[in-house]
Amino acid sequence: MNRAMAIARREFSSYFYSPIAYVVIITFLIASGFAFYRDFEPGQAAAMRSTLDWMVWFLVIIVPVLSMGLLAQEWASGTIETLMTAPVSDSEVVIGKFFGNLGLLVVMLLPTLLYVVLLTLYSRPDFGPIFSGYLGIFLVGALFVAVGLFCSSLTRNQIVAVVLAILLLCLATVIPYLIAQYASLRPVFRTVIDQAVYRRYSDFSRGVLSTGNIVFFVLTTAVFLFLTVKVLESRRWK
Amino acid sequence: MISVSRLTKAYGNVVAVDEVSFEVGKGQIVGFLGPNGAGKSTTLRMLTCYVPPTSGGATINNFDIFHQSEQVRQSLGYLPENTPFYGEMRVEEYLHFRGRLRGMDRTQRNERIEYVVKKCWLADFRKRVIGHLSKGMRQRVGLADALLHNPAVLILDEPTVGLDPTQVIEHRNLLKELAGQHTILLSTHILREVEATCDRAIFIRQGRIVAQGTLEELRTSRRLQSRVLVECRGPSEQVKNTLSRVAGVSKVELLNGEHRGSEGYVTAAIRSQESRDVREEVARTVIQSGWPLREIRLEKGSLEEFFVELMATQAMGRPGEEA
Repeated sequence: MNRAMAIARREFSSYFYSPIAYVVIITFLIASGFAFYRDFEPGQAAAMRSTLDWMVWFLVIIVPVLSMGLLAQEWASGTIETLMTAPVSDSEVVIGKFFGNLGLLVVMLLPTLLYVVLLTLYSRPDFGPIFSGYLGIFLVGALFVAVGLFCSSLTRNQIVAVVLAILLLCLATVIPYLIAQYASLRPVFRTVIDQAVYRRYSDFSRGVLSTGNIVFFVLTTAVFLFLTVKVLESRRWK
Repeated sequence: MISVSRLTKAYGNVVAVDEVSFEVGKGQIVGFLGPNGAGKSTTLRMLTCYVPPTSGGATINNFDIFHQSEQVRQSLGYLPENTPFYGEMRVEEYLHFRGRLRGMDRTQRNERIEYVVKKCWLADFRKRVIGHLSKGMRQRVGLADALLHNPAVLILDEPTVGLDPTQVIEHRNLLKELAGQHTILLSTHILREVEATCDRAIFIRQGRIVAQGTLEELRTSRRLQSRVLVECRGPSEQVKNTLSRVAGVSKVELLNGEHRGSEGYVTAAIRSQESRDVREEVARTVIQSGWPLREIRLEKGSLEEFFVELMATQAMGRPGEEA
């Protein structure tokens, strides 16, 4: 586990050597600032529901950009050879990369706690939904990072990785949302759509903590991490 | 220390490494020689557990590369071809990272980094960003990394490519210093490299070992193929027949054929039985026959020639094959 930690640390700090982390974080903060503006108007409930809901959509783009290089870059530059010939296992590499990226995501979310402070200064918000909303964002973020990492393991081209990840994430969020908006669905399909990430997430932002939802996110994240380990293993057999 | 038996790697129908077997004893430096695409890198990658072999196996430090991959990797330091790096990291930071990957604690890391940085002439470059270093300097960082955990075995893939002449010499001296403490297997396509540092050489061509042994052994076996060249003025047929009868001579060839060369001189190439020196006898015979003698010399069958031959056949060999 120490080795996974070493990889996570390296991955996390390497974000700050390149402008990409700063650009992405600033973009995210500006976007969520606009979203918060709507929550902060007089007459609105003292909550962050729309801000948190919007953040999920932002993450669909932002996480793939942050995770595209995790493994694709290693394949492209050949550093995978030095990495894998050190005494580390495939799963340690995957777990390390995952937590390195997730760490950055947490750092990115920290400044948004300022909004909570602002809300408390001007009103008396209900902290329950805010807390569960943040927990939800963390779980969604973790799943997105796992998907991004998986896509990054498939190719040595970062562009391919980022496009593929955005596509997959849209399939789990934007597309079911649009379908649910514009089509009347038979109950069977309705059940399928209800599995979509944004549907499950909206429970969190409403302040509902259900075990089912938590298990859903933890499990899907684990599945993508597992798939990534398998891809890493199989690429060595080529 | 390194024991390889019938190691084979096939990519589809292309056999990159074909039943390669060899041993490297403790503390030895062994050079792995061959042209580009001969299968050197593939062999080294199998030994470092980066690619699994198609068949055959190997042990390093008595650990099996297949079943004890982690112990194998723990006991070796590897410098891959082209030495890839995380370009954004600083030298010292990178070495700390590599140390952590190998489970070294902070004290160990500080101690060893101090040592390898001094050994690899990196003392002034500890805080430099790796991506900004020259090729030669990066090569040193790679070597420092390989040495970091004081591994029993060092595997170096083309360690001197891209170094300037001074750096090459420094590098050789360092390798000699390290031999004894570490068992070293290095690959190269430069024969002088092996002559300068290695105890033994393994020649590989198209995935197969074509010769191996100490350089002295390899030289002796080549010397058997040395020949004496005689240039004298006389009737070619007669020269050939007379020289064939000299004691110790096994075969005579006329190099300029049946035609007389310039000013009626002919050149005969004489092979002797079992590295016997026949020069004196040949000279006496030529003089006694009354043919003016212009030159007589021993042409040594050298390792260099053998090597050039080896490189040439590969170049004409299978095209489009990767290393």
